[in-house]
Amino acid sequence: MKYHLDHLEELESESIFVIREVAAQFENPVILFSGGKDSILMVYLAVKAFYPARVPFPLLHIDTGHNFPEALEYRDWLVDHFKLRLEIGSVQKAIDEGRIKEEKGFNASRNGLQTFVLLDELEKGKYDAALGGGRRDEEKARAKERFFSHRDEFGQWDPKNQRPELWNLFNGRKHFGEHFRVFPISNWTELDVWRYLAKENFSLPNLYYAHKRRVFERDGVLLADCEYITRRPEEEVKEEMIRCRTIGDMTCTGVWRSEAATIDEIIEEVATSRLTERGGRADDKRSETSMEDRKKQGYF
Amino acid sequence: MTKQQSKISDKSSELLRLSTAGSVDDGKSTLIGRLLYDSKSIFQDQYDAIEAVSIRRGEEGINLALLTDGLKAEREQGITIDVAYRYFSTPKRKFIIADTPGHIQYTRNMVTGASTANVALILIDARQGVLEQTKRHAIIASLLQIPHLVICINKMDLVEYSQEVYDRIHDEFEDFASKLDVHDVNFIPISALKGDNIVDRSTNMSWYEGSTLLYYLENVHIASDYNFIDVRFPVQFVVRPYSDDYHDYRGYAGRVAGGILKKGDEVMLLPSGFTTRISKIESYKDEIEEAYPPMSVTVHIEDDFDLSRGDMIVRANNVPKQEQDIDLMICWFHEKPLQERGKYILRHTTKEARCIIREVRYRMDVNTLHRDMQSKTIGMNDIARISIRSTLPLFIDSYQRNRITGSVILIDEGTNETVAAGMII
Ligand SMILES: Nc1nc2c(ncn2[C@@H]2O[C@H](COP(=O)(O)OP(=O)(O)O)[C@@H](O)[C@H]2O)c(=O)[nH]1
Repeated sequence: MKYHLDHLEELESESIFVIREVAAQFENPVILFSGGKDSILMVYLAVKAFYPARVPFPLLHIDTGHNFPEALEYRDWLVDHFKLRLEIGSVQKAIDEGRIKEEKGFNASRNGLQTFVLLDELEKGKYDAALGGGRRDEEKARAKERFFSHRDEFGQWDPKNQRPELWNLFNGRKHFGEHFRVFPISNWTELDVWRYLAKENFSLPNLYYAHKRRVFERDGVLLADCEYITRRPEEEVKEEMIRCRTIGDMTCTGVWRSEAATIDEIIEEVATSRLTERGGRADDKRSETSMEDRKKQGYF
Repeated sequence: MTKQQSKISDKSSELLRLSTAGSVDDGKSTLIGRLLYDSKSIFQDQYDAIEAVSIRRGEEGINLALLTDGLKAEREQGITIDVAYRYFSTPKRKFIIADTPGHIQYTRNMVTGASTANVALILIDARQGVLEQTKRHAIIASLLQIPHLVICINKMDLVEYSQEVYDRIHDEFEDFASKLDVHDVNFIPISALKGDNIVDRSTNMSWYEGSTLLYYLENVHIASDYNFIDVRFPVQFVVRPYSDDYHDYRGYAGRVAGGILKKGDEVMLLPSGFTTRISKIESYKDEIEEAYPPMSVTVHIEDDFDLSRGDMIVRANNVPKQEQDIDLMICWFHEKPLQERGKYILRHTTKEARCIIREVRYRMDVNTLHRDMQSKTIGMNDIARISIRSTLPLFIDSYQRNRITGSVILIDEGTNETVAAGMII
C-alpha cells in the first residue's frame, strides 16, 4: 500500500475540497457553465464532491446565441445525466430588450456583452459565489488569481487588493452585495484536464475530437463557417479535419487543424503542441493585456 | 458526445510545490523562465511574444525573465508583487511554483507562497554572497516549516565558475542555518542565464559533484511531508441526500489532515468525546479501505451521533489538544496594525471562532531572529509571538507536528480581510 497520491489525484482532492468549502461558506452559489472542458470538469468534480446527494448549486450558462449546436446538445445531456438545475442568461434577449448594443463589423463578437449579462444574472439570482473553470496556467493575468476571488459590489476585480490565501484556509466572508468568484481548478493545466478526463473515461462534446467541418481563415485563426459570421469576399470556405481546443462563442473560437480523433491522440497532441489553447482565441488577440482588462470588468 | 477509454497507461507522477524568493536582480525570473523553457513548458506563441518584446526593448538575446511577468501595473513598474503561480512538468513530476518577491515589504507574500510548499528555493547572487534578505528567506522557510531548502548560488558565470566563491557562500550560509529549524539543505551552483546545472550538468564546474537543480527537484523525497501518524479528520460538510434511495444516508465529507483512517477503526469524536467506529469510507462511488492526507473522502460512523462542520474525528488514544488559550507565531498582513486586546475572527481547519489578542510577547526581527520584547506594535509584514483566547476550544497540534491542524488565519471583523497567518506553538 502506497501512501501518496499521484498528481491528478491530488488535484482532484484539492478541487473537491474547494467546492465543498463553497457549499459550506456561501448561501447561494452558482456554477458558471461555459460549455468547455474546464467547466465540464468542474461540474464533474462537483458531482463527486456531494455524491450521492445532488450538486447543491445550479449551473448558469450565459448564452450568446452564437453557440455551436453540439455544445448546447451536450449541455442538455450533462444536466439531464447528473440531474442538475440549469439557468440560462440570454445575450440575445438583452439585445432585443435594448439593454445592450450589438457590436458591428466583420469581427463583431458578443464576448463583451456576455460580461454585462453575466453580472445582471448574478444580481438577479442573488448569487453570492460563482464557480468558474479558470486555470492559472491559461494566461498571465490568471497566474495570480486566488481560489476565492473577492469581487466588489460592481463585480470588479482589484488585482492589488486580493486576500492572501494560506494553507487550505479560505476566507469567504463578505459584506452585503459583494460576491466571490471561485476557481476550484486553478492548479490544473490543459494537459492535466485531458489526462484526468481520459482516466475517468468521461464523455465529452464531439467538438473536441477531430472531425470534418467547413472552415475559413481570418487573421491567422481558423473559424467555423456559420450564419453568425459575415465573411469577407476573399475569405474562402474549405472543408477540413479540425477539432476545438476550447469551446466558446462560434464567432471567436478558433478551431485547429487536427487528426486527433481519440482521447489518447488528443493528449499526445496537447503534450507536444507548440501553441497555447488561447492562441486560437480571437478575443485575446485584441491587445497584449486584453484578458486582464476583461477580468477587471467582471469577465469570468 | 463521445466517450472514450484511454489506452495510455496511467503513469503516476507526484505533485511538488515549490516556493521561490529572491530580491530584485538575483535572477529569479530568469531561472524560472529557464526551467519552463528547458522543460518545454513554453508554447510557441508565448515564446514569440517575449521574443518580440525583447527585440523591441533592444535586449540581446531572448529575455526568458519576461515569461513570468505578471500584471500590467507591475510590468509598468518593472517589479513583481504578490504571489504568482507557474506550472511545469516533467515525466516524473508536476511542479507548482509559488513565485514571490523577496523584498522585506513583501514578507507576507513570501509567507503565503511558503505555506504549502514542499521545497523552498533561495537564490543567492554569487557576487554578493549571503545578504540580509537571504537570511530572511531562510528564516521564513524555517518558520513555515518548509521541509526542504535548496540554495541556488546563481551567476556563477560572473565569478569565473569559482569553487572558492561557492565554498565561501556555502559555509557562510550553513553557519547561519545551524541556528534555524531546517533539516534538509542543499546547495547548487548555477547560472540561470547560461543554463549551467539547471537541467544539464555544467561543464564549467567539474568540481561540483552534486545534482542539477531539475534532478534535485525531480528526486527529492516528498512522500512523507504530511503527517501520517496522528489521525485528524476535520468535518467539512455533511452529505445528506434527502432522497428515497438514500434515506438514512449521512456522510461526513472532508480532507484528511493527518494520520491514516481505516474502516473498522475505533475513533473519538470531538468535541463530544464519544467513541465509535468507522463503518465506511467513500470516495465518490467507490468504497475504500483507507484514507490518508491529503485525500478528500466521505467517512461514515457506526453509531448515530451527530457531527457537524468544525468537528473532528480522531483516534481515542491520540487526541489533539483542546484549547482556548493558544500561543502563536504570526505574520501580520494588513496596513492597520494588530490591536492588543483587539477581537478578530479566527479560522482553524473547518472551524470558525472569535478570539481576543491577550498579549504580544515579542516582535521577531526577520533578518536576525532577534526578539524585541519592547516594541509591541505589530504592523504589516511583522513577525510576532502572541497569545490569544478563542471563544471555542480548538482541536490543535503544534505547527511543527502538523501544518494543517497547526495553522490559523485571523480575519478583521469589520472589513472581513485576512489580517494574519498564525502558526501554533
Ligand atoms: N551573467 C548572468 N546574468 C544573470 C544570471 N541570471 C540572471 N542574470 C541577469 O540578471 C538580471 C536580473 O535577472 P532577473 O531574472 O530579471 O532577476 P529577478 O529580478 O530576480 O527576477 C538580468 O539582466 C539577467 O539577465 C546569470 O546566471 N548570469
